[in-house]
Amino acid sequence: MDRGKVMTAEDLNSGKLFGRYLDVDGDGIAYRTLPGTHPSKGAFFTRGTSKDRMARYSEEGADYQENMERLLKKHHTARTMVPPAIERTSEKPTRFGAIYYGSTSPAINEAELLLAEQGIHLDLLRVRGFPFGPEVEAFIASHDHVFVVEQNRDGQLRSLLVNELEIDPKRLGKVVHYDGTPISARFIAGAIAALTAKAVS
Amino acid sequence: MTFLAKPKLHHPELHKNSLGYTRRDYEGAISTLCAGCGHDSISAAIVRACFELELPPHRIAKLSGIGCSSKTPTYFLGASHGFNSVHGRMPSVLTGANLANRDLIYLGVSGDGDSASIGLGQFAHSMRRGVNMVYIVENNGVYGLTKGQFSATSDKGAKSKRGVVNSDEAIDLVEMALQLGATFVARSFSGDKAQLVPLIEAALKHEGAAFIDCISPCVAFNNHEGSTKSFDYVREHNAAVNYLDVITGREEITVDYAPGTVEMVTQHDGSTLRLRKLHTEYDLHDRISAMTYMQQRHAAGEIVTGLLYVDPNPRDLHGHLKTSEIPLNALQEDSLIPGSAALGKINAGLR
Repeated sequence: MDRGKVMTAEDLNSGKLFGRYLDVDGDGIAYRTLPGTHPSKGAFFTRGTSKDRMARYSEEGADYQENMERLLKKHHTARTMVPPAIERTSEKPTRFGAIYYGSTSPAINEAELLLAEQGIHLDLLRVRGFPFGPEVEAFIASHDHVFVVEQNRDGQLRSLLVNELEIDPKRLGKVVHYDGTPISARFIAGAIAALTAKAVS
Repeated sequence: MTFLAKPKLHHPELHKNSLGYTRRDYEGAISTLCAGCGHDSISAAIVRACFELELPPHRIAKLSGIGCSSKTPTYFLGASHGFNSVHGRMPSVLTGANLANRDLIYLGVSGDGDSASIGLGQFAHSMRRGVNMVYIVENNGVYGLTKGQFSATSDKGAKSKRGVVNSDEAIDLVEMALQLGATFVARSFSGDKAQLVPLIEAALKHEGAAFIDCISPCVAFNNHEGSTKSFDYVREHNAAVNYLDVITGREEITVDYAPGTVEMVTQHDGSTLRLRKLHTEYDLHDRISAMTYMQQRHAAGEIVTGLLYVDPNPRDLHGHLKTSEIPLNALQEDSLIPGSAALGKINAGLR
């Protein structure tokens, strides 16, 4: 069973260096030990205060900064481990794309058909994880107009895309639904049709 | 604060227990609490209890919340895994750890702010679920880290260092633990090591939710006249119902006390508690009369200490949930995924 980077009693006895926040292989993910592993090696104290790479209490700025940078690296590593986004390409080549997630899926699938009937073709990207993998950035780069469809007032997915991928907000059309009912295909098709009309005018 | 670093060199003749550990092996880093803090006495009592019970330090998990009390796990059991959780959340972190690995000994350390205010719900639910652990509240009646405001366990009418009188009713965690079904309930005083060390030992041997409310005066903010948690006040009003000896399998059990003054209690793990009773009428197996007694003595201005309630055959959370005897974190695929035949059998049983 894969329990991640767990250091065993054998590892500790063989002299492997253990530091709870020590990045030994550059991915930002440090080894851990399970409580009770070894009588004299590998115990550590998990604490909210700042600590050094060996999990010792520290108020040194350099230790804090190192740990923060390791966490950033860990966050980047996570991009390769979360489920990738799924792309569905339109039958006809198009400059329009839509990004969505979760329970918006059934409505957007139907909206895509409604829009196609109006001659508006859409490539779809269903985001399944965060931090975003490289496929999300590539999808945005390969479309002239991208709509972010979601069910909250503030456009939270759109904000994440803007902040994390440094995308110009003007490149991401906002399609948000927040009246308390589930988003409908009719709503999405109407909103995207209006935005595309604006985009091409 | 200046201090001398602890020497790492041990005296060659320092007494070792049967596991080969000296008392020093149960210590932690040097304390940074105020000199004379009651919490340091509790840390020392924990060190002594674990040494005397000959517990392997690495098989103990120590957990705490936030506060002066919750800083103390750094100062004992340096070879144990520790977890300094979010404020008031020690019980749920401990419950999770206990569910993952039932074979470890769980020691939760908390304070009156951590358990009686922000973590009151956590405290309550860990007691009523019977999580197998020792839960020590280092109770000083004030928020020491924020300069001495009254905490929720501060008695009504108690005076702060600046002369403010507390107008709120106090929460009595012992009463709550009794009401919520804890199977081992005690109160002690950090200034009475003779009482506290055996209580911690007995709690560590108890196989259920063991709660110890330990009054631990704050020398900086709650040790003045008018305080009901000062060293002087607690010494004057301490009404101990019993003193305890914990007898593990190796020692000979002898009773040479006057009849009615000693009671032997055998715990589920085979250890024996020898209670030297100071109040012969006190029945520590009767939850309801224990609660009544607490309230009566509290009304009379006394602080009742000692082992207040014990169920020698407790059931714990694992018993309630009927979890596997093998710790959940040690189960492998073969037992976690028993295959389609086993699934078919379950499905057939539901038809």
